[in-house]
Amino acid sequence: MLRLSKILPSVARCVRNLQPRLMYSSKNKDKKEKKSDIRVTDHFYDCLIIGAGGAGLRAAYGLVSKGFNVAVVSKIFPTRSHTVSAQGGINAALGNYEPDNWYWHFFDTVKGSDWLGDQDAIHYMTREAPKAIFELENCGMPFSRFKDGKIYQRAFGGQSLDCGKGGQAHRTCAAADSTGQYMLHALYGQAVRYDCRFFVEYYALDLIMTEERCCGAIVWELGEGTFHRFFARNTVLATGGAERSYFSCTAAHSSTGDGTALATRAGIPLQDMEFVQFHPTGIYGVGVLVTEGARGEGGVITNSKGERFMEKYAPSAKDLASRDVVSRSATMEILEGRGVGPEKDHVHLELMHLPKEHIRKQLPGISNTVAGFTGRDVTKEPIPIIPTVHYNMGGIPSNYKGQVVTQLPDQSEQVVCGLYCCGECACVSVHGANRLGANSLLETVIFGRAVADTIADLNKPGDDIPQAEEWMGVPAMDNFEKLRQQRGTRTVGDLRLELQKTMQKYAGVFRNQELLAEGCVKVFDLYKELKNVSVCDDSLIWNSDLVEALELQNLFINSLHMIRSMEQRKESRGAHARDDFKVREDEYDYAQPVDGQQKRGIEDHWRKHTLSWLEVETGKVCFTFRPVNDHTLDEDECPPVPPIIRKY
Amino acid sequence: MFSMKVSKLNKKHFQIFRSVSTANVKEFLVYRWSPEGNEKPRLQSYLVNLKECGPMVLDALIKIKNEQDPTLTFRRSCREGICGSCSMNIGGANTLACTSRIKEAGKPTKIYPLPHMYVIKDLVTDMSNFYKQYASIQPYLQKSAPLQKTETPQSVENRKKLDGLYECILCACCSTSCPSYWWNPDKYLGPATLLQAYRWIIDSRDEKQKERLKKLEDTFSLYRCHTIMNCAKTCPKGLNPGKAIAEIKKLMVSDKSASAF
Repeated sequence: MLRLSKILPSVARCVRNLQPRLMYSSKNKDKKEKKSDIRVTDHFYDCLIIGAGGAGLRAAYGLVSKGFNVAVVSKIFPTRSHTVSAQGGINAALGNYEPDNWYWHFFDTVKGSDWLGDQDAIHYMTREAPKAIFELENCGMPFSRFKDGKIYQRAFGGQSLDCGKGGQAHRTCAAADSTGQYMLHALYGQAVRYDCRFFVEYYALDLIMTEERCCGAIVWELGEGTFHRFFARNTVLATGGAERSYFSCTAAHSSTGDGTALATRAGIPLQDMEFVQFHPTGIYGVGVLVTEGARGEGGVITNSKGERFMEKYAPSAKDLASRDVVSRSATMEILEGRGVGPEKDHVHLELMHLPKEHIRKQLPGISNTVAGFTGRDVTKEPIPIIPTVHYNMGGIPSNYKGQVVTQLPDQSEQVVCGLYCCGECACVSVHGANRLGANSLLETVIFGRAVADTIADLNKPGDDIPQAEEWMGVPAMDNFEKLRQQRGTRTVGDLRLELQKTMQKYAGVFRNQELLAEGCVKVFDLYKELKNVSVCDDSLIWNSDLVEALELQNLFINSLHMIRSMEQRKESRGAHARDDFKVREDEYDYAQPVDGQQKRGIEDHWRKHTLSWLEVETGKVCFTFRPVNDHTLDEDECPPVPPIIRKY
Repeated sequence: MFSMKVSKLNKKHFQIFRSVSTANVKEFLVYRWSPEGNEKPRLQSYLVNLKECGPMVLDALIKIKNEQDPTLTFRRSCREGICGSCSMNIGGANTLACTSRIKEAGKPTKIYPLPHMYVIKDLVTDMSNFYKQYASIQPYLQKSAPLQKTETPQSVENRKKLDGLYECILCACCSTSCPSYWWNPDKYLGPATLLQAYRWIIDSRDEKQKERLKKLEDTFSLYRCHTIMNCAKTCPKGLNPGKAIAEIKKLMVSDKSASAF
């Protein structure tokens, strides 16, 4: 018998990729025992990347440029990924507007995270940011320019000079007001240049895991209705967030938390899922985002009295305070009766005082979007806005090298062999309890590259790939077939709407024990209703009803993590604000001098990462904790920032 | 007899009559075809109460899928006109469903997949040829020197030359509205790909303008454009691929290294 290990690795890979097909048999529900034989094709690659947005594409071409054989699997065409909708910009201390220093960016990010961010990862991200921008620019990204030809940088929320002492910083590099679109297209261009192998409209059903490592994933090809097992020495999850758990969100329909659900089903915990960012300026009634860049260019938020109310809540930063501060302030104005509109349930964003030419040049995209969705002319009328779900700070726990980490029973950490993650689905954590605007696009390219570099450091092209075994992927196929043949009384759309409205009501901007506890019970009860969902289409080719049913399973997993984590965290920090626990509970009371205080043990305070463990069969969630890393990679180069009370 | 019939009407019937009279019902005729099964393509009728529906055609399609017919299949993602997923033919014109307002009054709205494309299912077409053509024009910056460690300065005037080109979202509305592309989709690159080709040709940072132009020197890739201009009329982002193609042709003529036909 020909031993593949004895012949050239490249030839071995070609031969293995032509493996005879594995047959999967499933019994039909009616008792006539009619089997549907589903064929599964095996593929073998050095690396498998699931998700082709900003992070996935950066990891992909990074790996291909180092000689690895890479398969990129995506349920949508890469340029349709949600990265395309990002508007405002990408932060880096280039100093093109005024003298700048990456340490100040580091400080702002640590403060923005409300001291829940891991300072080693933030050090890495902010230090590498200028290089990442130059790399993007060299790829052809069409940044806007200043008169001297340098990359245009605008003001953005939470960005300051000299660690908060020097006023507003202009650190956000921008390409008009659709930076995400141009970045994603530039990254896709690089993926084309390096001839990355894409598998487009392939839906990842589950990871293939053994006791020792991740071996790859089992995937459904929508275009042909066939199934594929991708075996890879290294698997990267880059699947984005789960904002579609909520009724009103800025995110695309594709943001259904698939990667975080894949990790959960693989027995990996999720981290900090209670921290959900509400962006202050989503268009009322529609959810579509109006970029923070509108405020960066001089826009202001007003109430029914025409007052610029942020001056009251954030005297220094005003409308450019951190997003959680602005969202809470706007919600409080509405709750206290100063909202606008017939139901006084939203506020206004005003750009009318800005020069028309400036709006036309710097904010063309949102001018069109507002005109299209509301009929209003931003140069003459205010934009109706309301805080809208926008980003998941939480996700799959990982380190700054992009390796997924889990926790052992003795509370020590262990890297999950062969599994990496980057982008919004990861929780490194660089954003902690709240993300600053324009740090997300940065995170995608920095950690996409970090994953590629780490894999290249630890592996060589042609290293052994996990062996295929017959049992691999069978549980995923069982779930798939069961769902496809399920006939119940509820439709996917109906159950999904009820989940979204429940999350919107019980897990909103302001939370309390009564609301959260009731919300947990309701989401848990709705989860049981998944068994009652009817998939009306039983085809295998482009069965969008079944895709949405599988996505709904993932949304439920994410929602359970989110709402249970919110209920268990008994403090307010960053984007998690509770009426009944209004104060941040740290190891010291930082409102007082630290000298003379006794340091509280980790069980007695909340400045720690939540790890939530979900049992998929029952929906039950339990919790452990992980300390925040307050040490940077090099304390001479980057002194850590000790916690203080967070004010803007 | 008549009085007996009237007495059978009850509160429920009046409620239905009242809701119909206060509803604003619009008919959509949507192209349906499944590759599994033997049926021919058909137009399926759906009635939607516009008072309970968002303003865009995509809102109506999603409402139909959620409430009436979950088998209806179409691509969608961002719902704000930036990703390009939901391009289809609505009321005879190629556009994005998410930014196309429902025309309330008048005849039913007909929704078809993008013209002259192989249909995978319902409104989902095979875009692989379109993506392959886009990749063929090398949509990335090309310089003779290796990647710099700093930014390449670009003047505001040079950056302005990209306006009207770089905003393309690859929705394929233009290419699939072009009769020339219908007749030669394998050889003529089409408006979208040519617009993108021009975007890289006139980017001041790119150093391979001559090579990019040379690649278009044959009878089909560029020159099948006959200025029909459906592309400019249909682009949902307001871009003008026809004009970009004309600019390429001018460069081809003025570039002395291009061989004459």
